[in-house]
Amino acid sequence: MTTTTADVNLPALPSAAGRAGLRGVLASEFTKLRSVRSTYWTLAALIIVSVGIAAIAGFGVASNIHNNPQNKAGTDATQASLIAFFELGQLIIAVIGAMSITSEYSTGMIRTSLTVMPRRGTIYLAKLIVLTTVALVVSLVTSFISFFVGQAAMSGSGVSASLFHSITIPAGALVKGGPAGGNGPGSVTFQGTVTISPGHVLAAVIGTAVFVTVVALIAFGLGAIIRHTAGAITSAIGLMFVLSIIIQLLPDTWRWDIMRFFPDAAGRVLSVTVGPSNPHLWSAWPQFLVTAIWAVVLVGAGGYLFRKRDA
Amino acid sequence: MIEVRGLTKRYGDKVAVDNLTFGVEPGRVTGFLGPNGAGKTTTMRCILGLDYPDKGTVVIDGKVFRDFAFPMREVGALLEAKAVHGGRSAYNHLLCLAQTNNLPRRRIGEALELVGLTEVATKRSKGFSLGMSQRLGIAATLLGDPKMVMFDEPVNGLDPEGILWIRNLMKALAAGGRTVFVSSHLMSEMENTADHLIVIGRGKLIADCTMKEFVARASGASVRVRTPSADQLIRAVTVKGATVGTGDDGSIEVRGLSAEQIGDLAFDEGVRLHELATVRASLEEAFMELTADSVEFHADAPSQPASTMIGTGSDR
Repeated sequence: MTTTTADVNLPALPSAAGRAGLRGVLASEFTKLRSVRSTYWTLAALIIVSVGIAAIAGFGVASNIHNNPQNKAGTDATQASLIAFFELGQLIIAVIGAMSITSEYSTGMIRTSLTVMPRRGTIYLAKLIVLTTVALVVSLVTSFISFFVGQAAMSGSGVSASLFHSITIPAGALVKGGPAGGNGPGSVTFQGTVTISPGHVLAAVIGTAVFVTVVALIAFGLGAIIRHTAGAITSAIGLMFVLSIIIQLLPDTWRWDIMRFFPDAAGRVLSVTVGPSNPHLWSAWPQFLVTAIWAVVLVGAGGYLFRKRDA
Repeated sequence: MIEVRGLTKRYGDKVAVDNLTFGVEPGRVTGFLGPNGAGKTTTMRCILGLDYPDKGTVVIDGKVFRDFAFPMREVGALLEAKAVHGGRSAYNHLLCLAQTNNLPRRRIGEALELVGLTEVATKRSKGFSLGMSQRLGIAATLLGDPKMVMFDEPVNGLDPEGILWIRNLMKALAAGGRTVFVSSHLMSEMENTADHLIVIGRGKLIADCTMKEFVARASGASVRVRTPSADQLIRAVTVKGATVGTGDDGSIEVRGLSAEQIGDLAFDEGVRLHELATVRASLEEAFMELTADSVEFHADAPSQPASTMIGTGSDR
């Protein structure tokens, strides 16, 4: 480190035409995301938790049906393998979404970022695009792996879902004889059938991934508004997880009417492939629209504040 | 050329910068001086657009900073050395900055070489000393070969070798025709570096002049006199409108008259002089004196010595 005055002159920089814009900032934001370890840890946690619990849930369903064959009726094998992903995975992806903006504030990096690129709208948009892309790719991969691993764990139980052909399962079951509760060697009579089309399963797998991606955006918007990692993650978890528990405690007469307006409700209908979905919620895509509106409002408010506030 | 016009910035009730107007010229090192909390950092943040002024404008070569096609080629600024993500390596930190302005990748290696961080390029900056962080910050400012550089208290926490390095760097950048704007709360830091000074206190402009003018202005016509007939001389110079203070060693300090005038006066009065000397204030004294004025003008306790204002208060 013995640099003298003579060393100050860096080689000349070739002159540049045009204007620094979204393309370069997108590359920069991608570099930021891939160059810190926390990204890999959280993505690994997302996949391990979602796929791991999908496997455990699959074995659970298989063992349950082995002991209680009548439960074969109406079992939603698709939802069983996706439930960990949308209930727990959404909380992990919320950490990624929030931190993609709050880590710049907690480290002070935002001041450096805005000094080299003072066009704040460009930075915000680039962050949003990079996060959406990465979250969508990772969510799709996680969703498909969860599905396949879950199905593999359930194989041999007689219950399954498939992306390649239609599966017909019994709609209901009557149990005669055997001990009360249906355990043991009673005779089971299945009634009616439900056919699950591969299209329906595909929509559930992809829809759940898109839902989880939108949760990342909700957390991102909260991060831009709150500018504090712990605060943003806490409020995202509160919104997606705790609030629905609180709502469960409200009187039956009106809790159902407000549930559908919260962003977490969509996860519970998007993943359903068997039977009527929750009668108190809208069907899959309108319910997804509710989540999307939350995301648009929060990301929009975050963007407005990102541009207007002192950094 | 940076032009600040009528800049005013408030944080809540506190006025950080109060109707500040000055310019920073290329080709020389301009020191930005003031006690801690005088508004230096706030001014720099407003120049960069990190903070939005309540009133006033800042233009750089006639443009608002965010309108430049390639901002890194115009201004390189280092406000906080630790404003980096500690989990990112030095190389990746510079890479993500360079990419925003479409700068070539080879530039990163060159900048790391220049500041002497090549060997730790792949190390996460979390483990860097403050001196290394300052060097990384300076590498970032030089990536775009900017026409202007701006450093906020760059020598804080540096060892003597690092201080010398930064001084030489700033001089060399100015000699290369760049605009160099550097803040400090220590006058001594500017003494060997700055050609021009902008001095502020409590968010207001106190001085905008060359280093020479600054010293002359602050020292005024202070003359140290030692005489056995102090009372007689004090009476005589007071009649002529001078102000007099007494030194610790029995000497008296006369302001408002030159050494020649005092010598002539003493001759007329028949007073013997043992010493008669014009006192050139050191830069530190000049600075203290000027900022003390601004402090006294605003503060409720006018007798408060200036020294208590230096190095206290939070900087923002």
